[in-house]
Formats: sequence, C-alpha cells, structure tokens
Amino acid sequence: MTDDIIGGPGVHRDDVLHRDLSAEALLTVRDLRVEFGKKGQRTTTAVDEVSFEISRGEHLGIVGESGSGKSVTSLAVMGLLPASGVRVSGQVLFDGEDLLAASDKRMRSVRGRDIAMIFQDPMTSLNPVVGIGTQISEVIRSHRDVSKSEASERAVELLRKVAIPDPGRRMKEYPHQLSGGMRQRVLIAIALANEPQLLIADEPTTALDVTIQAQILEILKQVVADTGTALIMITHDLGVVAGLCDSVHVMYQGRVVESAERRPLFADPRHPYTGGLLASVPRLDSPRGQPLKPIPGSPTDVLPWTQGCAFAPRCANRIDKCVEKAPTLETEGQRALRCFNPLTASPVGGATP
Amino acid sequence: MTTTPQIISPSNPVLGVDVEHGTSLWRGAWRRLRRNPVAILGAFLVLAFVLVAIFAEALAPYAANSREWASEVTLTSVPGPRDGNLLGIDRYGSDLYSQLLYGARQSLVIGVVSTLLGLTVGAVLGVLAGGLGAKVDMVVMRIVDILLSIPSLLLAVSIVAVLGQNRYAVMIAIASAQVPVFARLLRGTMLSQAKSDYVLAATSLGLRRRTIVMGHVLPNSLGPTIVQATLNLSTAVIEVAALSFLGLGESDPAVAEWGRMLVAAQDRFASSPQLALWPGLAIAVSALGFTLLGEALREALDPKGRR
Repeated sequence: MTDDIIGGPGVHRDDVLHRDLSAEALLTVRDLRVEFGKKGQRTTTAVDEVSFEISRGEHLGIVGESGSGKSVTSLAVMGLLPASGVRVSGQVLFDGEDLLAASDKRMRSVRGRDIAMIFQDPMTSLNPVVGIGTQISEVIRSHRDVSKSEASERAVELLRKVAIPDPGRRMKEYPHQLSGGMRQRVLIAIALANEPQLLIADEPTTALDVTIQAQILEILKQVVADTGTALIMITHDLGVVAGLCDSVHVMYQGRVVESAERRPLFADPRHPYTGGLLASVPRLDSPRGQPLKPIPGSPTDVLPWTQGCAFAPRCANRIDKCVEKAPTLETEGQRALRCFNPLTASPVGGATP
Repeated sequence: MTTTPQIISPSNPVLGVDVEHGTSLWRGAWRRLRRNPVAILGAFLVLAFVLVAIFAEALAPYAANSREWASEVTLTSVPGPRDGNLLGIDRYGSDLYSQLLYGARQSLVIGVVSTLLGLTVGAVLGVLAGGLGAKVDMVVMRIVDILLSIPSLLLAVSIVAVLGQNRYAVMIAIASAQVPVFARLLRGTMLSQAKSDYVLAATSLGLRRRTIVMGHVLPNSLGPTIVQATLNLSTAVIEVAALSFLGLGESDPAVAEWGRMLVAAQDRFASSPQLALWPGLAIAVSALGFTLLGEALREALDPKGRR
C-alpha cells in the first residue's frame, strides 16, 4: 500500500475497488445507542436504535435537523465521545471488527488511516499556530513510515488534488491566511491523506457561503470518486444529499425515521417528517412571492420516544396511536419506515432527484 | 432532480480566493506591539536596564565599591551630588552613581535567571498536569497547591535560610515562588485549548496524544505564559531587592546591589534621603519597564485585539 496514494498508480486501487464493491458491508452499525449523563443523574438519550450499513465506495447520507443525533452518531463511530458521562452501546463493525470494543491504541490507528472525518467548521478545525504543510504531513507520518520530505511532497500533491492553487507556497502558510473554502479544502486533503476506506463528513459545507459550498461538494465528490472511498455525508441539507448520496437515512430526535435509496425517497417520501423536509426546500420553479413551507413547531416540541412518536407534536398526519406508543422501524424491501400513519401521495408532486 | 434545488456544480471551481498576505500569529502580535506607545516605553526602559547591566564597567565613572571617599562620610552627613560624583557618595564612600549602575547587573541576572528557572519548572509541571490526563493533573496540582499555600516571600526566605546566602540560593528562592504561577496558568490554558475543534480534529486523524499535546495544544497555550513571564520579571527584580533588604541576598559585600543600598540608606534617611531615593527609583523604574512591556504583550496577543 505504500505507493497506493492519491494520484499514485491507480491500477491497484481500481482492482481493490471492483472486487470489494460486491463484498460485504464496510461499516455496519447495529442498535447504536448513546446516552449522556453522569452516574446517578438522569440520562439523556441522544441516539437510539440506529442501525445502518455502508459498502465500499457507497455514499450514504444521514439527514436531520440540529439535535437529531447525526453528529453524535458519527462521533460514536469514530470513538471520539468523551470517556466519562457518556454511555455507548450497540455495535460498530468496521470490516468485521467491533470498534466500540477496540482499544485506544487500536482506535488511534484506525482513525485517520481507515476512517477519517471532516468537521463542520473549517475556521476552528485547523490549528491556528501550525503551518498547513506541517499539519498535513504530520498526519501522513503518523500512519506511514515515510521521511519528512516524502510526506511533504505528498502533502503538496494532496493540496493540488483539492484544487488549491500554488500548493508549494500554501504549504508554508498558516490557516488564518486562507479563506474558509480554502481551509475546508485543506481539511479534505488532510482527511484523505492516508486514503481512508471511509470518510465521514459532518456538515462539511454548513459553515461556508453558498457559492463555496457547491465548489467544496464538487471537490469532495471528485476526490472520493477518484479513490473509491466510502462516504457518510451528515447534513441537514437535502440538496447536498440529492447531489451526492446513494442512500439516505433520515433521523429525528436520535432515531432513524426513514431510510431509502435516494430516488425513491425524493420521489415518494413516506414519513411525514421527510415529506416536511422536502416541502420546506425553497424551489426555483415556484411562483414569486410564494411563502416557504416550514415544518410547523420547533425541534424542541417533542415527545420522548418512550411515550410515543417524537415527531407527533409537529405532525399533520398524527393519529391517536402516535402519542400512545412509539412506532418501530419497519423494513419493507429496500426501505424502512418508523410511522403509524405514513404519507401516501407525495407532497412535492412526484419529485425525482 | 428537477424539483429539488439544483446544486450548482462548476466543473472548474473558482480558484485562488482571498488571501491576506504574509503574517503569522506572532508576526501580527509584533506589528501591534510596535504601534503601541506603552510597549515602546516599556521596551525602552527594559532595554536601558539591560544595556546598563551589560556595560556597567564602561558606563560607570568609578570602580565598584571603590570606597575612595570613605573618609568624607561622617556620622551625620554623606556628601551629596557634586563635581565628579553625579549623585553623590554612598554610605561607604563609593560613588553612588557607579554603585547604581553595577547594581543593575545583580538585579537583572538574578531576576532573569530565576524567572527562567521558574518558567521552566512551572511549564513542565503545567504540561504534565494539562496534557497527561486527570490523575497526573490531580497529583501535580496538589503539589502546586502546597507551594502556593506558602506566602511567596516566606517561601523565598526559608529557601535562602536553608541553602545559605549566595546568589544561587536567591535564584532558586525566587524561582520556586514563581513555579506555581506558571504551572497553573499553563495548565489552565492547555485544558481550555484541549476542548477546541482542532484538537478533536487531530484526534480524529489518529495522531498520538504526545503529538497533540506538544505539537498542537502547547504552542497554542504559550501566549499567556510568555506574557506572565515578562510581568514576573518585574516581581523578580523587586524580590531580589527585597531579599537583600532583609539581609538574605548576595553575601559578598563587594557586590553592588540595590536592595542592600536601601538597607545602608536606612539609618541615614533623615540626613541623606538621596541614598534611598536613587536605588528605590532604579528598582521601581526597571520593574515598571517589565510591567509595561508585559501588559502591552498581553494586549498584542489577545485574540480580541486581532484584526
């Protein structure tokens, strides 16, 4: 794997890609549950009953609004939640190995080499007092036995890969000398430095302005495609999912409420929450002056999942049963749904992604 | 994708967005420092102090402790300023001006060495406490608490009493009073830095804890500690004088020292106040220089002051 780096000889990589695409899942998350709270105090369940699979090279979207547990899910997969005050249960199987049971040392070698992550805010995710060249080569050197000059050559290559002009000069610069979009590119370069098999992008474009968002997504798409990296895209933006993901999980208040392939989900959302999200997206072809259609209520109007459906207080399709007991996630073919009274007709008139 | 908003995907993303040229964090601080009149004044005072200390021989008209005019010092009067003796004669008959210049050397050497020593030991303890987790933190901070619970001057006095009266004992005494300050400050900054996003990002990339602590957290935590060190230099200069004043300083009587000059001036204060005035002023001005420079440095490194 030493010469198998981004931009290096691609033949070997392609072989791996084709062979493994049909193989079993790269990452399997089963019944993930994350509770916050110190011993003896009341606990808050941030994530519950979350299960999903991602195969090599697949692009998976996890969608939900703030507080839906999507970021906590990703941190739990990476083993980055603080050790005290948090209880994580379930299984996170990466290549068959349960990461939740792995030692700290093992996790350190998985992180950054097998699984890497891109965070939301490029302004704070880079160390302000260390040059970006050093920040990239340090990650390469921590997982590979290469010399300083080899690592920095590779860092230049990575910067070029994420379309940073004059990468040789940028190597010596500090984060505050780069714009937000540039910094996010640097973070993408760092995340992909060791060609991870899985990349988790936690709202990578949220902190950027709209024109830069599109560029960053395009770059992300390209580099991920070039290297055959599987991608988990965590976002609240259905537009991002539409352009990037093969399958989508919609989360609400810590649980998955609907999962489907991208096209069926956009064409025929079944869960009222998914429907609401799609209906609330502003459309270019709508008549002028037409108000936006938000989901009524706010994410704080919730019922605990233990008492019923968390979305019930905001749901137009609510029936009595919804506030009496919690619906379970029912699988039906390629789709899964957690709802007693799903939508029938598509509220957005048969949208096709 | 006809109905959901289209993501605009330029195949050639616009390259080369804005770049603010050429300054790192420290260089920015340096730029702000140069524009600050308080910093200039502080730096000027400190520089003068340092130059005097280094070039005392060349600047002083007479040798240290010459006692040339010892015969003119009587029980009731000490000769004041006159031709050849700019500030007059000291209590033992040496030129006061020359003694003052030589005294700078003692204050500076002891002050700087003891602050560096305190900074080094304090920083090591701070890094241990702030970088190695809760258990080490607990142990180290209890040790620091013990040090801190003893009043600093009392601690210094006891150390000199134990180690004997020489300049090294004075250095160690002043340094040990500074250790807890640096240890606590650095630990606190490191712990708050450890919560920042870039540390989480570095952890997510599988960097070793040592790399993260030494390569990321520490460099970001040094600013306040450097400021504190500059400020502590002024305290150290005062403490050197204070220890000599208490008779616990340099034991060699041939070495000029501001604190001891003050002691000598005590019983002549009514008749010859200039004997206390000049060394007192020298202590105050050199301490002021370090304080002004330290405060200006603090301002220059303050994130809120950055543009």
